[in-house]
Amino acid sequence: MNWRSIWAIARKDLNEVQQNKMAWGPAIALPLIFAILMPILFSTVPQFVPVENVQRELGDIEAMLKNLPPNMQAIFNGLELEQMFVLYMTAFLFAPLFLIMPLMFSSVVGADSFVGERERKTMEALLYSPATDMELFLGKVLAAVIPAIILSWLTYFVYIVVVNIASYGLLQRIWFPLPTWWPLMFWLTPAFAVLGISVTVMISARVKTFMEAYQLTGSLVVIVLGLVLGQISGVLFLGVGTVMLIGTVIWIVNAVLIHLSIRNFKRSSLIAKL
Amino acid sequence: MSIIEVNNLRRTFSEHVAVDEMTFNVESGEVFGLLGPNGAGKTTTVRLLNGILPPSNGTARVFGLDPATQGEMIRRGTGVLTETPALYERLSAHENLKFFATLQAIPATDINRRVDEILEFFDLSSRAKDKVETFSKGMKQRLALARALIHKPPLLFLDEPTSGLDPEAAQQVNDLISNLSRANGQTVMLATHNLVEAQRLCDRVAVINKGRILALGSLNELARKLWPVTWVDITFHVKPRGDIAGSLKSSRGVIRVSMEDESLAVQVENADVIPEVVRHLANKGESILRVNPRDYTLEDIYFALQAGEA
Repeated sequence: MNWRSIWAIARKDLNEVQQNKMAWGPAIALPLIFAILMPILFSTVPQFVPVENVQRELGDIEAMLKNLPPNMQAIFNGLELEQMFVLYMTAFLFAPLFLIMPLMFSSVVGADSFVGERERKTMEALLYSPATDMELFLGKVLAAVIPAIILSWLTYFVYIVVVNIASYGLLQRIWFPLPTWWPLMFWLTPAFAVLGISVTVMISARVKTFMEAYQLTGSLVVIVLGLVLGQISGVLFLGVGTVMLIGTVIWIVNAVLIHLSIRNFKRSSLIAKL
Repeated sequence: MSIIEVNNLRRTFSEHVAVDEMTFNVESGEVFGLLGPNGAGKTTTVRLLNGILPPSNGTARVFGLDPATQGEMIRRGTGVLTETPALYERLSAHENLKFFATLQAIPATDINRRVDEILEFFDLSSRAKDKVETFSKGMKQRLALARALIHKPPLLFLDEPTSGLDPEAAQQVNDLISNLSRANGQTVMLATHNLVEAQRLCDRVAVINKGRILALGSLNELARKLWPVTWVDITFHVKPRGDIAGSLKSSRGVIRVSMEDESLAVQVENADVIPEVVRHLANKGESILRVNPRDYTLEDIYFALQAGEA
């Protein structure tokens, strides 16, 4: 395995994606919304607007808290309503939404790399290079996965800082992240990044344009929305154990998808699609 | 020494036969043309020889290696100019070349020097940092050729190298190709349907259609195969007296003679007979102004072969 070739392919793909505004637009917008705007909004609103008014709009917070497991409910014991609101919104309700980022980043870069390269008719020259099929595959996968994970982690970091600063006036301490966030960041986020690219590679064999791939992989967001709804309704709560379990399932799915992708990622079939 | 050896090579796509029982050799240092209309199997042959596609049947050896199993090693020694330039338009010329130089395992310490050197050779240095999307077609083609040559491959595959270029740019590219084989001794396989280009550049050609080789050889060999007899036009200074045509007909090697005003068209068995004919006429005291053996162009050969195939 020639790692110099793999990194060259990954760097080249990233370099190319950087020039694609359609790919980078969401990569800038989402972290801004998730890591800065939303936590500021949820942390500051109760400090200025009576929480009863917010509660009327959002539903009964105490009723929502009853959906949490008892050990998690303990975190809220003794807190004011405003404090409960900030804690619930920023540390619980919001958590699964962060998984949109690795999923979206990796699938957008993957779509540009796997389908875009074919669409722009640059694939043939690459296939005439001495890089092996595996090196081409890994280069392209790494180009999608590494920045997706790094960008997600950066967003988490900014989110942690912003949440603590924005809620400090209300909670008077640095309280975030809660234990659930660690496996979310370091187990589930990489799993979702790999899921994004694995599904994109599978889809890339069946679509002709970047836009088609982009739109199809966008449907993966349904998984994240399912987690959010599960959390709101109390059907599924993202505690440490649940996050680890979901992550394990996703990694198993990833392993199967990657195995199938490697088996199908052959020069002869790629050239036939040009 | 043969750098490419192909034996009964065949490639099918479902029912369609793209390459059908091809057999040919390419010698080291020669420019070999693969001539045929669109869809004749030229690009598929290039792909088979580079190990991009496995053959359905038959064997091929490039540098003595099997493309089906040793494609990576073969591609280290080949440079391919694809029919479309296939350049990364959002990247600069320098970035494009640097990327392919890395894939070709040029040492990191030499890459920038080599990229600058080849950009200079192709007269693209002043545009090195510009994105390729701002280049003209001719510049893109030169850059694609630079990419194919970045690692100084001993074997070069050029697929329709002047396709879509204006005459001036096409001329530039042809001059470059000509220099490569003459000056550097590189072996070139030229896949084209441009007959003028092939006649100018190729030492030998294989004329193909529907994946099959119709004829193989140098221009003269092909002409001889197609037209074993040859014609020579003789123009006189003064119209000949008497039955000069009749006297020529009895000469050895002369097949047919027709006289028209001051000129004579003589069909002879082969070119060796022409000096005999001229001597015969001179001995008869005829005043000869011009002797023109009829030349066949690659175009004549190509269309004769394709017509025969049809």
